[in-house]
Order: sequence, then C-alpha cells, then structure tokens
Amino acid sequence: MAHHDKDKEVHFVGDSRVRVRKEKLLPKDYSEFPGKTEAFFPNFLLKEWMVAVVVLVGFMALVMAHEPPLGEQADPTNTSFLPVPDWYFLFLYELLKFKWASGPFVVLGTVVVPGLLFGGLFLAPWLDRGKDRRPFKRPAATGIAILSLVAIVALTWVAWDEHEKQLASQPKGSSEDAKIVNPQDPAYEIYKNNACVNCHGQKLEGLQGPALTGIGDAYTPEDIIKIMDEGKGQMPAGMFQGNAEEKQQLAEWLAEQDPPKEEESEE
Amino acid sequence: MLKAAYEWLDKRIDITPMWRDIADHEVPEHVNPAHHFSAFIYCFGGLTFFIVVIQILSGMFLTMYYVPDIENAWKSVDYLQNEIAFGHIVRGMHHWGASVSIVMLFLHTMRVFFTGSYKNPREFNWVVGMLLFFTMLGLGFTGYLLPWDNKAYFATQVGIQIAASVPVVGDAIATFLQGGEIVGAQTLARFFALHVFFLPAALLGLMGAHFFLIRKQGISGPL
Repeated sequence: MAHHDKDKEVHFVGDSRVRVRKEKLLPKDYSEFPGKTEAFFPNFLLKEWMVAVVVLVGFMALVMAHEPPLGEQADPTNTSFLPVPDWYFLFLYELLKFKWASGPFVVLGTVVVPGLLFGGLFLAPWLDRGKDRRPFKRPAATGIAILSLVAIVALTWVAWDEHEKQLASQPKGSSEDAKIVNPQDPAYEIYKNNACVNCHGQKLEGLQGPALTGIGDAYTPEDIIKIMDEGKGQMPAGMFQGNAEEKQQLAEWLAEQDPPKEEESEE
Repeated sequence: MLKAAYEWLDKRIDITPMWRDIADHEVPEHVNPAHHFSAFIYCFGGLTFFIVVIQILSGMFLTMYYVPDIENAWKSVDYLQNEIAFGHIVRGMHHWGASVSIVMLFLHTMRVFFTGSYKNPREFNWVVGMLLFFTMLGLGFTGYLLPWDNKAYFATQVGIQIAASVPVVGDAIATFLQGGEIVGAQTLARFFALHVFFLPAALLGLMGAHFFLIRKQGISGPL
C-alpha cells in the first residue's frame, strides 16, 4: 500500500489500519450557546440520571400498586366479549365510528385522516420551512398541532367513555362454573318464593334473565335494591313483591355472590 | 491494575478517542435542568431511552418463561405472573412500561415539534424519529396479543380487520399479519417474532442513527 505524500508520516495503531490520532478530542467550543456549558460525562449525565431516578421511583410505585391485568384465556368462540384496543390506539378506533369515516367511506377513516395526520407530521420539516423556531412565530404549524392534539384527546376520551358504558350495561353475572355462595341463607328461600326465580333460574344460573352467580363482584346491596325497584334492561320495575326487610336481606345475600376465582377480564 | 489493563487495550485498539468523544462534548446551559428548571422538557428524549432500556431488560426476562404457542401462551403468562418470584413485578414493568414509553415518546415529539427543533439542518433526524415512533407503535400492537387473553385476541382481530379495510394493500397487510384465515396459531407466532426480533432490531438501528445524528449535529440552540 503505497501512499503518495511522502513528507507526511502516517502512524497506525500496531500493524492495523487504524490511524493514531494526534490531536486530542478536547471539548468543543460551544460559543454558539454562551452560558454555563458542562461536559456530558459525568457532569450532565449525573443530572439526567437524577431526573431518571425520580421517574423510576414513580414508575416502580405504579408497577407495585397495579398488578398487570391478565384476562381469561382467549376463546375465539366467545361472542359477548367487547374488544378494546390499547389506549393509544383508541382515537383511531373512535374515528372509524363516525358515519363519514365508516361503511362506504371507511377509506377516509383508515387512510385519509391518519395519512394526513402522520404524513403531515412526517413531512413537518418540509411543510414548515421558515427560519423561526418559536411556536408563536409560526402560527400555522402550532395551530394545526394544537387542534390535532385536542381532537386526539377528545376522541380518546369519547372512546373510553363509550367502552365503560358498554361494559356497565353488560350483564355482570357469570353462568360458568360459579357456585352459589352460602345456599343455607334464608335469603335463598326468599329468592325462590319470588318472581326472581322465573327469569334468573333456580340456581341463579340465568334463564331469560342473566345469571346472578358472581353478581356480588359488580354490585353493592344498594345497587341491587335499586335494580329490584327500578328494573334494568328488559327487567321491569318493582319485580320484588316481598317486604322491605326481605328485600334488604336478599340484596345483601346477592351481594355476597362473588365468583370463586378471580375472573376480572377488564381493568 | 485496571489502569494497566486499560493501557494494554488502548495501545492495541486506540479506544480513548471513542469514549472521550462521547464523554467530553459540552452540553449547553439551556437544556440543563440544573440551571433552568423548565429545561426538564429536554429530558423526555433521555427518559424515553431509559424506559426503552427497562422494556428491553424486562422483556428479556419475560422470554425466559413465555411460550409463544396458543396452547401455552396464556398459561405461561399466568404462571410467570402468579407463581414466579417477582414475576408480577417484571411483567408489570413491561406492561406499564409500554404505556409509559409511548407517553414519553409523545412528550419528546411534542417538545421537538413546539421548539421547532426539526428545522434545517435537523430534518433527517426528525424523519428517523418518526420512524422510531411507528416502530414503537408496532411494538405496542404486536405485544398486546402475546398474553393471549380475550382482550388481546379480540383487539388484534379488530386491528387486523381495520388494516384489511385499507384499499388495494389491505388484504396483503392482513394476510401478512395474520398468517392465515383467522387470528390463530400463526398469528401468535408471527407477532412474537415481530415483537421480539424484527421490531427491536429496527428500533436499535434507528436509535443508533438518532443518537449518531444528534451527536454529529449537536442539540438545537436556545429559542
């Protein structure tokens, strides 16, 4: 390997092709930013690490306070399960529920609107070419960004709210392998002697009405009395004909009907 | 002893310039939260990286127990969460970390956007950052299926249906993701491969490019 400038001697590390660097890599002159600059390592990294520690403590508190949810094993034949995407996809999911973005116009919801949003974000440096960097000096970019943010937050909130409402309107009992808790309770007799048994079944398993096994997981005695008085869904109001004391007794017994194992499928 | 070892290594591979280059560059005052409290907004990028490191480490530990097939996936998650010592902590870190990393990434993107830091000469780094954003969303989508509970299954089914409704390429995307007629064994195997090999590889490569560019161009100046 002949090199041509003879006057310059090139030194290599060992017999490798890595050149020895004569000049030391001193900190660069940051005259562009006058003020108190400091070296990245260890000075600045220490400060970043302190911020990270604060975040880490908060994060671990979250992790320890909330066990990660794990529902029941996936069952493709389950037709009553309400699908919900992870929260950061909710706004896209909600977008597709608009009439102008679904059915024959679904292209708008799946391609055009997200395409404009993410395409615009992707090409931001070429759409917003001005020299000014301050947000108030470039009202178009800032305005569009804030509008999009508001829209995303609103859509996410609407989607979540709707999902919660749908969940709340679903029957709460579980007919599968939940047993009656405390069947010796006199309240069970009250249950059997009233109209409840006609729709909810001898063993609370549900007939025309939903199963009541496991209902205690979802309702307090007050909720149950309210449903007995006012009805719910197809259940008419005032179905319980016994006296107030019996009603209270029955409601308390029903509220004890917890599922035998953890069957939380939703957070 | 340590010094001698370092010098032995340095004589052969000349490592001093490499790490001095990373260590010695000056960090300007306007991004330093020790000088201006409001500069904490410049920490979101570093925090995103921090959470990504948590995700990678907790994910590596999860794969020690996770079994990517439809018979055992849910059972293995149930087992590692309820039987293994600290299993619920490790899975919790990965589960909540997924959301936190999206939040941090979002905050970082907003900081860069509203300070106009994507402008000349940093356009290309913005594009790399957007690709990172999409990679992270992909990781979120593929990771959501892996516990194989009802929520995971039906959310993925809906997601794939939405993808399939895209004109022209929709069916191809759906087939690619699903690997068959229904969300099933193939889908889980595919999502596992994407989540654990393909997307993290893309993420690491893109992060390397992101950091190389920020080092090359320096952080944007004060407003």
